[in-house]
Amino acid sequence: MNFFTHFGRYLLMIKGMFSKPENMRLYWKELMHQCNEIGIRSVGIVVIISVFLGAVTTVQTAYQLVTPLIPKTVIAVIVRDNIILELAPTLICVVLAGVVGSRIASELGNMRISEQIDALEIMGINTRAYLIMPKILAALIVVPCLVVLAAVLGIWGGKVAGNLSGILPPSIYNDGLLEDFIPYNVFFALSKTYTYAFIISSIPAYYGYHVEGGSLEIGRASTKSVIVSCILILLADYALAALLL
Amino acid sequence: MIEIKNISKGFNGRTVIDNVSAILETGKCNLIIGASGSGKTVLMKCLVGLFEPDSGEVCYDGESITNMNEEGRKLLRQQIGMLFQGSALFDSLTVEQNVMFPLDMFTKLNQKQKHEKVNEVLARVNLTGANDKFPAEISGGMKKRVGIARAIVLNPKFLFCDEPNSGLDPKTSLVIDKLIKEITIEFGMTTVVNTHDMNSVMEIGDKIIFMHQGHKEWEGSNKDIIFSKNEELNQFIFASDFLQDAKDMRMLEAKGKINTDRDMNELTK
Repeated sequence: MNFFTHFGRYLLMIKGMFSKPENMRLYWKELMHQCNEIGIRSVGIVVIISVFLGAVTTVQTAYQLVTPLIPKTVIAVIVRDNIILELAPTLICVVLAGVVGSRIASELGNMRISEQIDALEIMGINTRAYLIMPKILAALIVVPCLVVLAAVLGIWGGKVAGNLSGILPPSIYNDGLLEDFIPYNVFFALSKTYTYAFIISSIPAYYGYHVEGGSLEIGRASTKSVIVSCILILLADYALAALLL
Repeated sequence: MIEIKNISKGFNGRTVIDNVSAILETGKCNLIIGASGSGKTVLMKCLVGLFEPDSGEVCYDGESITNMNEEGRKLLRQQIGMLFQGSALFDSLTVEQNVMFPLDMFTKLNQKQKHEKVNEVLARVNLTGANDKFPAEISGGMKKRVGIARAIVLNPKFLFCDEPNSGLDPKTSLVIDKLIKEITIEFGMTTVVNTHDMNSVMEIGDKIIFMHQGHKEWEGSNKDIIFSKNEELNQFIFASDFLQDAKDMRMLEAKGKINTDRDMNELTK
């Protein structure tokens, strides 16, 4: 199957999601369930990664700033901007593409293989609206929250690492965080995050929903969806940076 | 009543079902039988609208599903119940939640009424007390019965069963067959069963459509099968010597040359 066939089927899937819900209460329930699955279940990994990301960025930035002419507050400025502009949105979303993406692809793939999707269709339910739409909406709601959490924890991790390793005291770090802060960067980071959230939910949903064959295909679809999501995240990263900065 | 009018369907240039026409009658168990790869599953998927036929149409009580818009199909599908080969139960839901799902989705009943309806249907399929079990915790036969309960909970007019006996032992298969037959009569449904289980054919086959290499080879009832001279059908149905002997005995009995009950009593004395 070539790129255009995949792209056409992907667009048809997205178009098919927009229909009147058969029962709003069940759709809401499914949305809340997905918010829990995508958001709450990913908090642990996001916390661990972001704290260490901030810590490592602080230590490595200090290592590279060898001249005493540059004030130490610059370390905090670099950590802050790095985390807000790139590390929190992009790296966390690449990790989420693996964690959340593979789960979405395998869940839908398993439902397809075991005829659960057919069973829903037979009942008269629009499966794209009931199964895929809540996943994408949930990702659009919770992934930005996770990225904001990651940014806060990353900056905090940098402060703790700087203090523990004696690179810079917390007061100087705090001063650096307030230096030359550009609020637009937060808008830019969130714009990237919403784009990535759509990618990491819709691409695995596409691969999972269209699985054909046996259980081996579920694994393949899951792997493929993570790879494609990561590549698209990096492409979108460059495109948005070129457009918005 | 379901009317199949000249249905054809192919994949990648290969014809899987070729110009099949039939009438599936109300209040009867209509069986689609045939060897693996004969096109019976594809035919069933065309009937329920999961596959679009390349040509021909399927009419439910005179209304063509093939030319129906999405909204019309949605409404029609609420009158259709289907039991899948692997039961297709939702893994994350309990037996009760599985059966309650169509009620939650399509009715405005309150929680108490839904519980009552679910318990009534579960009792009908002899699964009282299994409400809180998950699909992974129940046997294959129980899964099929939950599948039937879910399929009939909205009192559908049409029931489709795709290989309801696959993977079941003969005794459990008989229970499932009897259940399908009973609910067909009880609810006055048009039931379509896709099977290659010979016991089912002889037990519940009010009307039988025999598919061979994608086309309808033979049509009749379970009583007609014994006297059929169709070679393909005989090779398929009476594949073993044992079944062939059983057929011969039935024929002799029909001609009055033997009386199975009397002779068996004599032999066992």
